[in-house]
Amino acid sequence: MRTVKTYAVTIAIALLAAASSAHADEMRSGGKLVLTGGVTSVEGAAGGGLATWAVITGNETDAGIGASVNITDVPLTDFNLTAIGGKIGWRDRVEVSFQHITFDTRKAGAALGLGRNFRFDQNVIGAKVRIIGDAVYDQDRILPQIAIGVQYKLANQGAIIRAVGGRQSRGTDFYVAATKVVLSKSLVLDATMRLTKANQFGLLGFGGDKVDRYRPQFEGSAAVLLTPRLVIGAEYRSKPDNLGFAREQGGYDLFAAWSLMRNITLTAAYTDLGDIATFRSQRGAFLSLQGGF
Amino acid sequence: MLSIILAAAAAVQTVPPGEEPVERYTQSNANAGAKPFSGDEMLKAFHGRDGINRIVDDLVDHLVVDKRIADIFKAQDVVRLRRTLKEQFCFILNGGCDYSGRTMKEAHKDLGIQSADVGALVENLQAAMRKEGVPWFAQNRFLAKLAPMKRDTVER
Repeated sequence: MRTVKTYAVTIAIALLAAASSAHADEMRSGGKLVLTGGVTSVEGAAGGGLATWAVITGNETDAGIGASVNITDVPLTDFNLTAIGGKIGWRDRVEVSFQHITFDTRKAGAALGLGRNFRFDQNVIGAKVRIIGDAVYDQDRILPQIAIGVQYKLANQGAIIRAVGGRQSRGTDFYVAATKVVLSKSLVLDATMRLTKANQFGLLGFGGDKVDRYRPQFEGSAAVLLTPRLVIGAEYRSKPDNLGFAREQGGYDLFAAWSLMRNITLTAAYTDLGDIATFRSQRGAFLSLQGGF
Repeated sequence: MLSIILAAAAAVQTVPPGEEPVERYTQSNANAGAKPFSGDEMLKAFHGRDGINRIVDDLVDHLVVDKRIADIFKAQDVVRLRRTLKEQFCFILNGGCDYSGRTMKEAHKDLGIQSADVGALVENLQAAMRKEGVPWFAQNRFLAKLAPMKRDTVER
């Protein structure tokens, strides 16, 4: 477990090093407006906290390479979710991300017969491509910024996943995200359609005894640009309900993203992820710190 | 010979004091690149023409020294820029001005402007509006009018 985390940190640092040294001739860093690169969603892509957005991470424009690293903690009623990762944005066009997620069962682990503080781990490798539109500058068009993406997810507890009815311990999500900044109203809107079989983001595997096929899920955000450095909003995300042993519902959050400095963003949220592994209504905080350039 | 020179001089549009002559073009408010707001709500938020003039002066003062973009303005007629920007902002904010400058495309031709330059300009403008005390939501309404101009100013 520790080695995986070390591995994640190493990758994150390597991503940042690569980005900072990538000053080719006509390349240039910076230029994106504050907060328009989004924060980090739970699976590591640029977005809100729960929803993945069409924006590309980093402060770069079409002439540069940007990057960000994040550390995220989601303490819930009976569980604890932590994530660490990094992502690179290339010419405001392509984003590649890596996120390592740990799900600590704390006391609930004992009740589930797994042992106290039993942990599920998952690595998520993501790629996103902006297809059309500019969320910020196309203010005279209805067309949002649209991106498509994939997330390859690899969970580590295959035996337990199968024991609870999960079908696979690895899976791929596909999504289309549409994001628009409505400047005249100081709003940020996002709607994303995700094809997924993931149980609890993939931590409990993919597909299940109840349902084992891709079904579209919705995730969306609505936020207000309250000051130049503060965004507040709400998000909703539906999740598949594939496993017979425990119901899974959608999740939501109410969040505030605060740009402490140009390159550092703190996201705090109240979040409700619904039932997780027979434990009812998992609510708590969502705290994420992101550094980027 | 003298008559030819005189005829040529007459053909050139009047050059405002302190400005360099520019090639002849058709003046029109349509060149401003955005339709004006209606009503006087936005003009009030910007503290009238005086507020607009202060914002543009502060903006231009900062643009010409901003290391990221100062080079772009080195070969530019900053006197003319100041005047036409004031007209453009005043026109868009429904302050009763006419815009006498060129279209956004013509005015930015061959300047080699990149997206990051536009970002830097927006940041300077935001700072100038903040200094003038323009409310944040009014700032964004105004930026929403300017944002699409990026397409005509950035050259690949």
